[in-house]
Amino acid sequence: MTDIWSGLQAAFWLLVTFDRDLVEITLRSLQVSLSALVIASIIALPLGTWLAIRRFRFRRAVIAVLNALMGLPPVVVGLIVYLLLSRSGPFGVLGLLFTPTAMIIAQVIIITPLIASITHQAMRELWAEYHDLLISLNTSNWQRIKTLIFDGRRALLTASLAGFGRAIGEVGAIMIVGGNIDHATRVLTTAIALETGKGDFALALGLGFVLIGLALVVNFGIHVLSRTEREGRW
Amino acid sequence: MVENMAARLQDVVVQRRGKTILGPVNHEMAPDGCTIVIGPNGAGKTTLLKTLHGVERLSQGQVDWGVPEHVARQQQAYVFQSPIMLRRSVRQNLIFPLSLAGKGRAEANDRVTYWATKIGLAKMLDQPAPRLSGGEKQKLALARALIRDPAVLFLDEPCANLDGRSIREIESLLLDVQRSGTRIIMTTHDLGQARRLAGDVLFLLRGQINDYGSAQTFFAAPSSPEAVAFLNGDIVE
Repeated sequence: MTDIWSGLQAAFWLLVTFDRDLVEITLRSLQVSLSALVIASIIALPLGTWLAIRRFRFRRAVIAVLNALMGLPPVVVGLIVYLLLSRSGPFGVLGLLFTPTAMIIAQVIIITPLIASITHQAMRELWAEYHDLLISLNTSNWQRIKTLIFDGRRALLTASLAGFGRAIGEVGAIMIVGGNIDHATRVLTTAIALETGKGDFALALGLGFVLIGLALVVNFGIHVLSRTEREGRW
Repeated sequence: MVENMAARLQDVVVQRRGKTILGPVNHEMAPDGCTIVIGPNGAGKTTLLKTLHGVERLSQGQVDWGVPEHVARQQQAYVFQSPIMLRRSVRQNLIFPLSLAGKGRAEANDRVTYWATKIGLAKMLDQPAPRLSGGEKQKLALARALIRDPAVLFLDEPCANLDGRSIREIESLLLDVQRSGTRIIMTTHDLGQARRLAGDVLFLLRGQINDYGSAQTFFAAPSSPEAVAFLNGDIVE
């Protein structure tokens, strides 16, 4: 109990004093996870929608694989990205290992299936509703995808937020490919793991509360923004 | 607008799960006027309309509009039995087909204002379309279909579940449209409406054309016994 209490105190002091390291780590966490979110959304939203509107031979298999990939173990993703980016790996020449870019790549791989799968579920329903109209209006595939993404944007927001939640709280993959290097690749989750290992529970808890607060603020912020939109009512 | 969009159905058969829904149908549609398709439930009315529109997968035969299929489809519009509202404002619903066709903003706005006034929804342009009443939705669906000036308009029971005043408004709109040269092909369950609007009548039964004729001859003296029974209000299956 004293640990939690001192953790709260530590978190409070870290916040009110705008601890420089804390700010840096927090911003890096945000930068990595938001970049991964944007890239993953650009891939996953059209992909999930496309899976909802197209009928092709291996569709069911693709969807099953996608659903299975939602539970992809981050540590394994980290390992594979590590092997690909390491000096002796195929992309070693790019020198990306132990950089924020490598962390973004790993997180994109982890959250893209999750966002695509939730998108597919949501878009299937909307497509059933719009199907006849969009076929009758002779729309191209791309026009159909755009229409569904636009009209289903509230559901897609949920999909993206789920992806963000997974990315910001993820530690296994970014620890491996980022290396938790101070002032270079240290983010909130890896810092927590490190402080816990060192036995500095107060600081670890403080960072943990900051992380939870951050996730709440981002979720809240996006919801408030989307609700103030006029059409946001649907 | 393409003049005289006449369709020819050749040996058209539509089957689903081994069951024949429509056909074999051989028929040449009149090039203009208003064709009313009547018949009991499950006779294949909707399937016939969708076949003509080119959105039904045919098991056999073909539909020939005299022009390539995508050209024909561009000239057609379809109003569904239960109106499909995009989850957007009334204005955005009306603009949608125009923006798909790449029309400019100024022209689109003019047309939207014109049609919204015509269907009496001018004051509701910024309301969400899914919140409209049943009659308003159907009128909006009709205006959205007409906003591209189609040469052919398909209507699948546009007045199902509507009351007298909405029916009158929609029918007068349809008569206007027809006068301006749009070909109308429509199904209905309402024999009164069929009499009011029909130029010619197709009577479908069990997926086949049972009787066909101009409205005058069909309603005065239908040639098949089933059509006689149907017009008399007997239950025909």
